[in-house]
Amino acid sequence: MPSMTGSRPAAAVQPPVPHPSARLVGAAAGNLAEHRARSGPIPWRGGPGQLVALVERAGLSGRGGAGFPTWRKLTAVASGSRPVVVANAAEGEPASAKDATLLTRAPHLVLDGLQLAAEAVDAADVYLYVKAGPAEASARRALAERRREGWDRYRVRVHQAPPGFISGEESAVISSLEGRPALPRFKERLVVESGVRGRPTLVQNVETLAHVALLARYGHSWFRQAGTPAEPGTFLATISGAVHAPGVVEAPYGLTLRDLLDAAGGPSTPLSAVLVGGYHGAWLPAEAGLDAPYSREGLAPWAATPGAGVVIALPAGTCGLGFSARIAGYLAGQSARQCGPCVNGLPAMADVLTRLARGRRDPSLVPAVQRLTGLVSRRGVCHHPDGTARMVTSALRVFEADVRAHLSGTCLAAPIGKAV
Amino acid sequence: MTTSTGTGRPTRRALRLRVDWTACEGRGMCIELLPELLDTDPWGYPRARDGSGDPEVPVQLAEHARRAVDACPRLALRLHRS
Amino acid sequence: MTNALWYLGRGTGLVGLVLLTLVVALGIATRSGRRLPGLPRFAVGALHRNASLLAVTLLAVHVTTLLFDPFAQLKLVDLVVPFQGAYRPFWLGLGTLGLDLIAALVLTSLVRQRLGVRAWRAVHWLAYAAWPVALLHSLGTGTDVGMTWMQLTAAGCTLVVVAAIGWRYSPSFARTGGWRTTAPVPAPAIGRTQPSPSGPDGDRTYQSSGPAGRTYQPPGPVGGSRAQERS
Repeated sequence: MPSMTGSRPAAAVQPPVPHPSARLVGAAAGNLAEHRARSGPIPWRGGPGQLVALVERAGLSGRGGAGFPTWRKLTAVASGSRPVVVANAAEGEPASAKDATLLTRAPHLVLDGLQLAAEAVDAADVYLYVKAGPAEASARRALAERRREGWDRYRVRVHQAPPGFISGEESAVISSLEGRPALPRFKERLVVESGVRGRPTLVQNVETLAHVALLARYGHSWFRQAGTPAEPGTFLATISGAVHAPGVVEAPYGLTLRDLLDAAGGPSTPLSAVLVGGYHGAWLPAEAGLDAPYSREGLAPWAATPGAGVVIALPAGTCGLGFSARIAGYLAGQSARQCGPCVNGLPAMADVLTRLARGRRDPSLVPAVQRLTGLVSRRGVCHHPDGTARMVTSALRVFEADVRAHLSGTCLAAPIGKAV
Repeated sequence: MTTSTGTGRPTRRALRLRVDWTACEGRGMCIELLPELLDTDPWGYPRARDGSGDPEVPVQLAEHARRAVDACPRLALRLHRS
Repeated sequence: MTNALWYLGRGTGLVGLVLLTLVVALGIATRSGRRLPGLPRFAVGALHRNASLLAVTLLAVHVTTLLFDPFAQLKLVDLVVPFQGAYRPFWLGLGTLGLDLIAALVLTSLVRQRLGVRAWRAVHWLAYAAWPVALLHSLGTGTDVGMTWMQLTAAGCTLVVVAAIGWRYSPSFARTGGWRTTAPVPAPAIGRTQPSPSGPDGDRTYQSSGPAGRTYQPPGPVGGSRAQERS
């Protein structure tokens, strides 16, 4: 039964294992019975809008990459009529696996959070937006279980997200739910005001909803026990590259990048640099960057943001320019191809960067790349070109020594020309 | 345009030009009609001279901006106050 | 007096046809995004709009004078409902149809900001129907069809429209972009091992069962400037 005396359920279920980093991990459950035993029933708040104050005091922000304060989105959508709530598990970033992992290992946590968000805004329609695969299968199984037990109050419709980098972008999600191709669109108004078929729409990353499910049970003070005062709570990071145990880890905000890599077994070789924030993120040099705290504040000096927790460790034997050029080429191919500056500028940028990575000794290549990053930024209907430009700009900055070497015909990491 | 009247009345919000990039095809009429604000990029698409995504339209160009919005064959331009 | 009305009706009809021909040609020129000698692109578009408004004005005079001309036997209903007229009903009906089509074109263009580009474009395709309807109407109801100058005018207008449409659907019509795109590259993976399956509970880490080293195919053929991809 929903608790009437504050945020703890009547039958006091203990918070998950005391380890501050193991909240989502500790609450993972293979089936509904295990989930009930571990975390108790859904702590329904008893009416729309009740959750918002709790989320605000907890200081929860979105875990999908943008880091927008969750309570503000909830408030905006709750004030509209016939709102739509969407759990976004599209996870277009190839180097990210946290959403898929969360849905396969802890689907009930995500689905509880979805129910609570639906209650908070009094949703008329609720969707789970997920790509085909094990995550979708796990979510469908979990939803079937919940239907049998009468666990949910809001009916959740599973909507299959098309493959591709861009299908998780907020307006692309809206388009897909309306039956159109999953491509970003021009926003006349904010999605929280006018989204799916003109109705206020809450699009929330599945990890954010999982956090909602826990903090609704254990309260905002508990939530703030991890992380920093400005950025409380834990987050899921997908760590790949030259580490001993690549995979998805949970960590509190504020820990250093070095500690985060250690959670994935630590570097398996000396590193040259680390890409923080995925393919739209920024490079940090291996020596100085590893001491950076993983938080907005800590990463800001490097022009990086925590993003969706995607970290790629580049070994010293791999040319950073070559790797960046390959990412740029991939991102160029993933353009939705709706906007002129992006569809023209991104391939051109990848092209020039590739030539630089292959050892073309033309000093005009560098200003050419810089000019292109300026040309594609802020000139599109989504942030795909901006993110690509950010990654490329940081590559030129962090791999400056490599740029000089390439222009002189050598490569600091590997034999020139083999990099790409 | 933000003007301070000095009488304590609130300043007017700036008029901004936005491009619906999914509609824009680089036909270039807006660049001809607002050369003070817009330039062309290497592929024919309009680029704000101040480098921003939605350039501010000064009051003396407001009518020209409206004309550009009306002239766009793809209806890709919007004017809004912010 | 009735002669004057008849001459005015025929005259405005003929000039209206010539103007409509110009409007079609200017419309295609506007669509091409190109300048004309002495005219920047926005002026080509403006000329197209102004010529169409002039054509509409002449059409209004054409129809009004013929309403008052007893020879034409026009009733008000014939302005909207085609093929009900007394004088050469089929050819007159084409004129009514042409008027209706042109009214749709002009009215939707006046409110196109509110209509949106897709609806507006859908209606604007009717221009390709309106012009031949106007031509056939003038050939069918016109009493000067036997005259050489009329035939030359009709032939000249037809030539202009056929040439314009031929250009419109020729490969050289589209502007090409300046930069060429490169072939897209699959997502890079630097020796990332497939993470091992789930560890024991209480473990601080999830082992990802997710994808590692996926390759991505581009959604379609990689093209140049977007201008080529639109019809």
